[in-house]
Amino acid sequence: MASNAQDNHAPLRAQDGKKDEDDEEDFEYSPFHGIEKGAVLQEARIFHAAQTDSRKCQQVLTRLLYLLTQGESFTKNEATEVFFSCTKLFQNGDANLRRLVYLIIKELPPGSDEVIIVTASLMKDMTSNNELYKGGSIRVLCRILDSSLLQQVERYFKQAIVDKAPVVASAALVSGLHMLRENPDIVKRWSSEVQDAVQSRNPMVQFHSVALLYQLKSGDRLAISKLVSSLTRGNVRSPLAQMMIVRCVARVIADSQAYADQERPFYDFLESCLRHKGEMVIFEAAKAIVELNGVTEAELAPAITILQLFLSSSKPVLRFAAVRILNKVAIDHPMAVSNCNIDMETLISDQNRSIATLAITTLLKTGNESSIDRLMKQMSSFMTEIGDEFKIVVVDAVHKLCIKFPTKFRSMMSFLSSVLREEGGFEYKKSIINAILGIVRTVAESKETALTHLCEFIEDCEFTYLSTQILHLLGEEGPKTSHPAKYIRYVYNRIILENATVRAAAVAALANFGMRVPSLAPRVRVLLRRTLRDNDDEVRDRATMYLKLLGDDATGEQQEPTPRPKVLRGQNVSLAGLERCLREYLDTPMTEAFDMAGVPEKELVPVEASKPGAPGASGSGDLSGDLSLKSDFEEALQQIPEFADLGPLFKSCDAVELVEKETEYTVSCVKHIFASHVVLQFDMTNTIEEQVLEDVSVDVDLAEAEAYEEVLTIPATRLPYGVVAQTYVLLAYEQGTMPFGRMVSTLKFVVKEIDPSTGDEEEDGFEDEYPLEDVYCSPGDYLQRTKISNFRNAWDAQDPDTEVVDEYGIGQRDSLQDAVEAVVETLGLAACEGTEAVPPNARSHVCLLHGRTTAGGSALARVNFGMDRNYEVAIKLTVRGESQDVSESLHAIVAEG
Amino acid sequence: MGLTFTKLFAKLGYKKEMRILMVGLDNAGKTTVLYKLKLGEVVTTIPTIGFNVETVEYKNISFTVWDVGGQTKIRPLWRHYFQNTQGLIFVVDSNDRDRIHETKDELHKMLNEDDLRDAVLLVFANKQDLPNAMNAAEITDKLGLHALKQRHWYIQAAIATSGEGLYEGLDWLQANIAQRI
Repeated sequence: MASNAQDNHAPLRAQDGKKDEDDEEDFEYSPFHGIEKGAVLQEARIFHAAQTDSRKCQQVLTRLLYLLTQGESFTKNEATEVFFSCTKLFQNGDANLRRLVYLIIKELPPGSDEVIIVTASLMKDMTSNNELYKGGSIRVLCRILDSSLLQQVERYFKQAIVDKAPVVASAALVSGLHMLRENPDIVKRWSSEVQDAVQSRNPMVQFHSVALLYQLKSGDRLAISKLVSSLTRGNVRSPLAQMMIVRCVARVIADSQAYADQERPFYDFLESCLRHKGEMVIFEAAKAIVELNGVTEAELAPAITILQLFLSSSKPVLRFAAVRILNKVAIDHPMAVSNCNIDMETLISDQNRSIATLAITTLLKTGNESSIDRLMKQMSSFMTEIGDEFKIVVVDAVHKLCIKFPTKFRSMMSFLSSVLREEGGFEYKKSIINAILGIVRTVAESKETALTHLCEFIEDCEFTYLSTQILHLLGEEGPKTSHPAKYIRYVYNRIILENATVRAAAVAALANFGMRVPSLAPRVRVLLRRTLRDNDDEVRDRATMYLKLLGDDATGEQQEPTPRPKVLRGQNVSLAGLERCLREYLDTPMTEAFDMAGVPEKELVPVEASKPGAPGASGSGDLSGDLSLKSDFEEALQQIPEFADLGPLFKSCDAVELVEKETEYTVSCVKHIFASHVVLQFDMTNTIEEQVLEDVSVDVDLAEAEAYEEVLTIPATRLPYGVVAQTYVLLAYEQGTMPFGRMVSTLKFVVKEIDPSTGDEEEDGFEDEYPLEDVYCSPGDYLQRTKISNFRNAWDAQDPDTEVVDEYGIGQRDSLQDAVEAVVETLGLAACEGTEAVPPNARSHVCLLHGRTTAGGSALARVNFGMDRNYEVAIKLTVRGESQDVSESLHAIVAEG
Repeated sequence: MGLTFTKLFAKLGYKKEMRILMVGLDNAGKTTVLYKLKLGEVVTTIPTIGFNVETVEYKNISFTVWDVGGQTKIRPLWRHYFQNTQGLIFVVDSNDRDRIHETKDELHKMLNEDDLRDAVLLVFANKQDLPNAMNAAEITDKLGLHALKQRHWYIQAAIATSGEGLYEGLDWLQANIAQRI
């Protein structure tokens, strides 16, 4: 540590006592250059001298303090030694020396049994006539007094609070603040003295007394409210104290939200503070106003005006403060801030890059579509000049902007790709990648452009983590694009140029192209064959495996493609089960090939180890988790021959539990929607150890859902303890309609008991059934949540005749946001243009929703929300769709739900 | 002129300094002794939690007197003030017969300390004005002072409130420490 201190603080100022060969050099040394703990502890012995030399002692104390603040640690013995030697300095009356002694007692952590030794001396100082002694000793005493001792000296504290000398009064008030934590009862008795201190002429005393007074009352809301109103009327002159009051007021306002309908208390006071002389007060008041919960535009206006003036201030700190607040306000109230846009634009060229960044991100939030291109250009010009931290802020702002103005994705994407090419740290690049992916998710058209940019990025990417993520995404998304072939070059380049982790990811991505796009398979095979001689095991293994899957062996001969093993199909293979099977296999002579088919269902796998129906359990990367969910199911279903000709899967609904938790059997249902069929997939688990179920199926009663026709049922042959098995029911419906209804369902099976002692099962079973909760099909199931960028155009494009309007009451809700979320969730539509976010405290809201139907058409809904005093929410639902049926079905959802 | 004089005195070694540690059980009257010597008057005292330190000028000697509290929790801390101590004043409450044994233990424990081997010992048999007070001889006996070998010691009957005996004690200190310096 000592040597550390030495290195860090070498050339500062000259060391007076140390004049040797260093004199010749130009630069100066810190007085603390090269001091060592051991040496200083030696020097501290002079404190024991009968006659203390005040000057010398001060130097040593300063060095000790320096070491302490540098983080030097003293052992218990050293600390005790130093502490007691310092106490001997109390015999010297020098005020400067005494001040250092106070400091060192505060800094050193002597044990509580030792520190009492200075109590008497400090108490004497506290009652002395010397103001410096008084102030200093009070500050030390507040650290070492326990409550019994505090009671003895309480009256001195009270006197000190109203002391004429500001240094004493402030010390006592600040000590009060500290002691309030340990001894609240005692400090609370001082409130009348503190009240007097508020009238002090000294700004600092006034500030401290306001702070303490507020703390004293902070437990009691009524008292605080009273206090604040008396303070706001009183004549508190000190800007610091005034600022403190503004803060208190802000907190009182925040606490008084319960009476939201009343006029906001103290707003006038805040507003008047905006005209205060001190910038500090103005700033604090403006901050308080903009942070008011549910602030209205009218309330904001004066604060924004003031901040706007700050924007053109000559002091950088004021500009920064103002632009930072405006930046925050712009998130919720972009319109209110837009007045400042002109001032903000000049700040873009501000010398201080932090100010410029905040200005530009604010502009991005407040700007309209037309100004975006220009801003983007300006931004690119100074991106190189700011730190990564601010770059991330900018990238996030661009991301948000793109969600708001999806049509502008081109300029934003090119901005993002250009910054992606520049130098930057991992966090920064990650945020760029995230922004790009976010844009891909909201704006479907941007996918190909984004993939191209990402391809370019991995050409020169130094972060393995990002490279592998992007390669995985390419493998997932690339084959679905119009020209999958063009990505292969980028992926293969990684195999040639990168480290093993990236190479392995690239092999997997490449193989994906081969498997998804049959026309590319031969080319992919050629490329994969080249990687067979890679010097990394993992890469080689993957290449071999994928080649096998693609129907190729090492000799290059074409073979019939091997069916993909279940692990790769996203089937729910229990990894623990697989591992155990593999271990068992290793114990055999291994003459036969390992049989993958033996792993999943036939094995007794504990429930905890498997993940029934968990989407993403197949290990898809986090970049494309939601994209792969559907395809997991799709591939699982395609395996079943009966479902092969249903056409593409339109949508898989979320799993619904059909039994209570902790019952004999757990059953959950996933509805898969096809163009004219619905597949009900039941995932079942048997939780009784002494039973094995056979021929398990779910009987669905269609009496209340006549639009469906049962086509077939696929039972599960066997359901042993702790294993997940599936049974399916295939229903047909008329294409283009959106039938719905409730189906009473029952689990049917044959039970065979297992003898717990031998583990053998009985020969004969008996039939049994188990009631399940109803399966409910809603019209929302036939809708895909898809966002569109221009709601108005889509709305106008629909035939107005299909429009159906109705009003509903949806009962009491905690907030409008709650209601909006519930309605969006029930309707099965996606909220467009960011209308799912309700401004806080809003009383009404309009939400724009869009979804795609099984026929490929659109369903659009405009939902007007209104909330009354009792938090009762009513909605007006206006729907347009491809046909009147669709519109009516949507209404049916709300009416039913 | 004053400056010249001080320098002169210093040169002649005329003005001496002595470091005195004054201890004893709580309520023995140490703080009263200290301020009687310092201010010449009786001050109201509270139990000393910690120490008082004052410089007392007497016969051209400057006594720096450290009066350290006598409560049980402070006694273990006395040892931190032994270093460089030339004279030890041990104040005894002559009226407190119950704790005279405890007093003896504390005294002997302290005298065994290495740092105090060169210090002279002055015992103030305080509170002689009280009716039931033990006299100096009795206390000498009870404290086992006669058993002390290689220790310069002296017992002085005293009444701190009236100042009786205090200066006699200082006289002895001055005479005996002066020999050693």
